[in-house]
Amino acid sequence: MNKQISRVALVALLLLAALIIGTTYWQVWAAPGLAARQDNAIQRVAQFRIKRGLIYASDGKTVLAKNVVKKAGGQNLFFRTYPTHGFASQVLGYSTQGRSRAGIERQENAYLTAANANLGTIWAKLTDKLKGTTVSGNNLILNLRVNAQKIAENALRGKCGAAVVMNPKSGAVYVMASSPTYDPNKIESPNGFAGILKSPSSCPGSSSALLNRATQGLYPPGSTFKTVTAAAALDSGVYTPDSRFNDPGYCTEYGQKVSNAGDPEAPESFGNVNFVQAYQHSINAVFCDIGKKLGAGKIIDQAKKFGFYSTPPIELPSNELSASGEYDFKKHALFDDAGLADPGRLAFGQDKLLTTPLQMALVAAAVANGGVIMTPHLVKKVTSPGGGGGTVVKVKPHALRRAMKPATAAALNVMMQAVVTGGTGTSAQIPGIKVAGKTGTAETGAYKIYDAWFIFFAPADNPQVAGAVVVEHSPNGFGGAVAAPIAKQLMEAILPSASKG
Amino acid sequence: MGARTLRTLSLRNRELFYLGVVGVLTVLGFASVYIARQSLVSWGSLSYALFFIALYLAAHVVARFTVPNADPYLLPLAGLLTAVGVTEIYRLGPSDAFKQGLWIVIGVGLFALVLFGLRRDFRVLEQYKYLFGIGSLALLFLPRVPGLGTTINGARLWVHAGPLAFQPGELAKIFLIVFLAAYLREKREVLAQGRAKDVGPLLVIWGATMLVLVSSNDLGSGLLYFGIFLAMLYIATARMSFVLVGVGLFIAGGYGAYTKIGHVHERVTIWLHPWTTGRVYCPSTGGLALRQDCESYQLVRSLYSIANGGFPGTGLGKGTFTTTSGGELIPFVNSDFIYSALAQELGLVGAAALLLVFMLFVARGMKIALQADDGFSKLLAAGLTFGFALQTFIIVGGVLRLIPLTGITLPFVSYGGSSVVANFALLAGLLLISDRANANMVGAR
Repeated sequence: MNKQISRVALVALLLLAALIIGTTYWQVWAAPGLAARQDNAIQRVAQFRIKRGLIYASDGKTVLAKNVVKKAGGQNLFFRTYPTHGFASQVLGYSTQGRSRAGIERQENAYLTAANANLGTIWAKLTDKLKGTTVSGNNLILNLRVNAQKIAENALRGKCGAAVVMNPKSGAVYVMASSPTYDPNKIESPNGFAGILKSPSSCPGSSSALLNRATQGLYPPGSTFKTVTAAAALDSGVYTPDSRFNDPGYCTEYGQKVSNAGDPEAPESFGNVNFVQAYQHSINAVFCDIGKKLGAGKIIDQAKKFGFYSTPPIELPSNELSASGEYDFKKHALFDDAGLADPGRLAFGQDKLLTTPLQMALVAAAVANGGVIMTPHLVKKVTSPGGGGGTVVKVKPHALRRAMKPATAAALNVMMQAVVTGGTGTSAQIPGIKVAGKTGTAETGAYKIYDAWFIFFAPADNPQVAGAVVVEHSPNGFGGAVAAPIAKQLMEAILPSASKG
Repeated sequence: MGARTLRTLSLRNRELFYLGVVGVLTVLGFASVYIARQSLVSWGSLSYALFFIALYLAAHVVARFTVPNADPYLLPLAGLLTAVGVTEIYRLGPSDAFKQGLWIVIGVGLFALVLFGLRRDFRVLEQYKYLFGIGSLALLFLPRVPGLGTTINGARLWVHAGPLAFQPGELAKIFLIVFLAAYLREKREVLAQGRAKDVGPLLVIWGATMLVLVSSNDLGSGLLYFGIFLAMLYIATARMSFVLVGVGLFIAGGYGAYTKIGHVHERVTIWLHPWTTGRVYCPSTGGLALRQDCESYQLVRSLYSIANGGFPGTGLGKGTFTTTSGGELIPFVNSDFIYSALAQELGLVGAAALLLVFMLFVARGMKIALQADDGFSKLLAAGLTFGFALQTFIIVGGVLRLIPLTGITLPFVSYGGSSVVANFALLAGLLLISDRANANMVGAR
C-alpha cells in the first residue's frame, strides 16, 4: 500500500504547489494588467490612499487637478477636485470612485500614483509603505496654455466643435478644446452625471460632453483634405504648382455632374487656373480630376503617411482616440480598399472620409514643419512631489513620421498662404504675420448645414503654431466664415509677436 | 536552541517548543493588526493572542496525556493556520473573530473528547463502519429536512438549531472517510478483482452522496468527495484503471452537467470567460451588463484583491476590502475568499508561506499513513490527509481561477464553525494514528 500512498501524497503536494504557482501568476505576472483595468474596484478604492499628483497648466502655476483629504475608516483618503471647473475637461478626464478614470487622469495614472516602476520610485514607495507614510504621486505639467485654451472654449461655447493647436516643431499641444464641455467635479453626483450625459440639442447624434471631440470626434474633412490630395499629387511628380487645369464648374463622376462648392443652385466656375489657384479657391472640379487621375489608392497611401488609419500616439487612453480614414458607415469600421472608394469625391474630402480635428491639425503641422510630423504631446514634464519639484521626466520632441518630401511641403506652404492672402481663408489674416491655412466646408447630408473647418499654421516662414478648428453643423457655415476667425484668435493668443502688436 | 538539542527533546517537548513559536507569531499578528488599525481596534485585541496561546497549551496538555508518541508537528501547524485565520478574520470584522474563537474552543473540546475516547484503540471504529456510512448520508440529508435547513449563497447546506448554524457536510466528510477506510480495508483484495457484488455497496453510498451534493448545488463538496473516494480506492486496490475510469466518468459527468444544468454551466462560463468586453445577459438583474460586473464579480474581485497584494503585500491591516464609504468590495471575504484577503495583505511572500504550511501538514499526514502498520490506519490517515489537501486545492484553486470556483472553506483558516470543529476532529484522528504507529515502532526496537 505504501507505494500507492506515496503516489497519492505526491499528487496532493503537487496540487498545493500548483496553488503557489497560480498565486505567483496573479501577484507578479498579471498584477500590472489587472491594476490597469477600469473595472478594478479594489484598485479604484486603494488608490484613494495615495496622494495623487497634481496637474498643472503649462505655466506651472495654474492647478487643474488637486486633492481634498477626507478621513474615513481611520485613514486619510484623497479625493480629486478640479478647481478650474470644466477647463479642458475632456483632456484632464477624471479620477473618481464610482466611474473610474478617464483622460490624462487615466493614461498617466502610473505617474500620478507613483506606480511607474523606476528604481527611485520603487525604493521610495517601499520605504513609504514600511514607514506607513502616505505615498505621493508625481505631478504633471501639461503643455496647455491657459489663455489660448480659454479663448478656444469661449469661442466654441454654445456650439459643438473642437480646436487643436500645437507647436509643429516640438509637438507640444497648446490647445485642445472640445465643446460642449462639462465640470468633472460633478461626475460623481448622480444628477450631475446624468446632466453631463445629456446631449445638447445643438449637437447632432447622441454624443455627450464626455466625448473628446478633438481626438474622438469624426467629421468629414471637406476641402481641408485637399491638402492631403495636393501632397499626393506633388509627391507623385506628375503635378507641380504650375500645372494648369480647366475648371468647367463641375466634374463628371460615374456619368454624374459633381458641382463646385458655393451656392448649390449657382456653383462657381473659374475657367483656366494653375494648381495654386485651384487650391487657393478650393475648386472641387480640379481636385476631382486629380483624384481620378491619381487613383484612390495613391490618395489613401498619402493619407496613411499623414497618420490616417492609426490613432496618434498622444497621452490619452486608446478608447478616447479615433483613427481617421475612409469609413464603412454600416459596419462602423475603417476600410482602405481603394476599389471601394470614389476617387473624385475622396480627393476633395467627401466620399466616406471621416477625420478627427487632431489628425487635421497634424496635417497642417506636417506642412509647417517641412513635411515631418512631430509626436503630439499634452504633457510637458513630470515632476516629483513636494516643494522641490525636481523634474522626473522632461518630454523631448521627437519625429513621428515623414509625411511628404520637403519640396512638397515648401510648395504647400506657399499654397496655404495664398488661401489666406487671397482665397477662401482671408478672415484668418493677422497684420504683420504670414498666416497659412485651408478652409473646409463639409456636407453633412442636411441641406445648407455644414461642418466648418479651418486648418492653419503661422508664421509661415518660421511656424510656431499649427492647428485645426471645426464647428459642427453650422447653418450656412462656411469654413472661412465660421472656423477661420476662431483660428485667428488662437494664433494671436499664442504667437508672441502678434499679442504684442 | 539548536537543531541538535531539539532532536534530543521528547516528541511532546518538541511540540511545546513549536507551539511557543506559533504563540509568538500569533502575538505579532494581532499586534500588527492593532498598529495598522489602532483608530478602529483596541489594545484588547492582544488578549485574543493570549487566549489562543492558552488554548494551544490546553490542547498540548491533552496530547501529552493521550497521544505521547504522536507526531509533534501537526498540532503546531494546525495552530498556526488557525492563528492566521483568526487574525485575518479579526482584521476583517472583530465580532466574527469572537464567534470564531468560540468555535475554536468547541473544536479543541471535540479534539480532547476524541483523543480521550479513542486513546486505547481507535480501530474500534472499524466495527461501526456502516453506521459511519449511513451517518454520513444522514448528515448530508439534514439540511434538506424542512424546518431545519437553510439556503445560503444558493446552496442548501446549513442546519439551524436555535442560535447556532451548522454545516453538517464537514463532519459527513470525516464519517465518509472512516467508512471508506474500514470498508476498503476489508474488501480490498476482492475489490481489486473488480466483482460487481463487492463494488455494489460502495457505489450505492457514493452515488447517494453525489446525488445529495448535486441536488443541493454543492459542487465543491461533490468534487472533494469524489477525489477522496478515488484516492482511497486507488490506495486500497492499487488499480490505476479504477482511477482512470473514475476520472473518465467525472469528465463525462462534468460535461453532462455543464450542458444540462444551468447552475453548472454558469460556473464554468464564469471560469472560462470572467471578463467580457461587451455587455452580456445578466441573470440576477435580467438586463445587460459586463460579466465582471454581474455573474463573475466575486471571482474577478478576488483576483483584483490578490493582484493588489503583489510581491510584498499591503501589510496586515492595510488591505482594501471596503469602499471609502464602508461598503463591501469582496463578498464572503472571511469564509470562501479568505485566501484572497490574506494574499492581498501578506503578498506573495505570505501566501506562499501559508501554502507551504499546508504542504507541511499534508506531508506529515502522509508520513503517518506510510508509518502506520495496518490497512485501516493507513487508509484512514491517507484519506483524511488527501481530503485536507484536496479541500485546500478546491477553494484556493477556485479563487485563483485554476478551476471553476465553488464555495467551500479553507481548512482551519476560514470563518465557519463546522469547518473548524471538523478539522480539529481530523487532527485528533491523525494524532491517534501517529501515536499508535510510533508506539509500535518504539516497542519493536
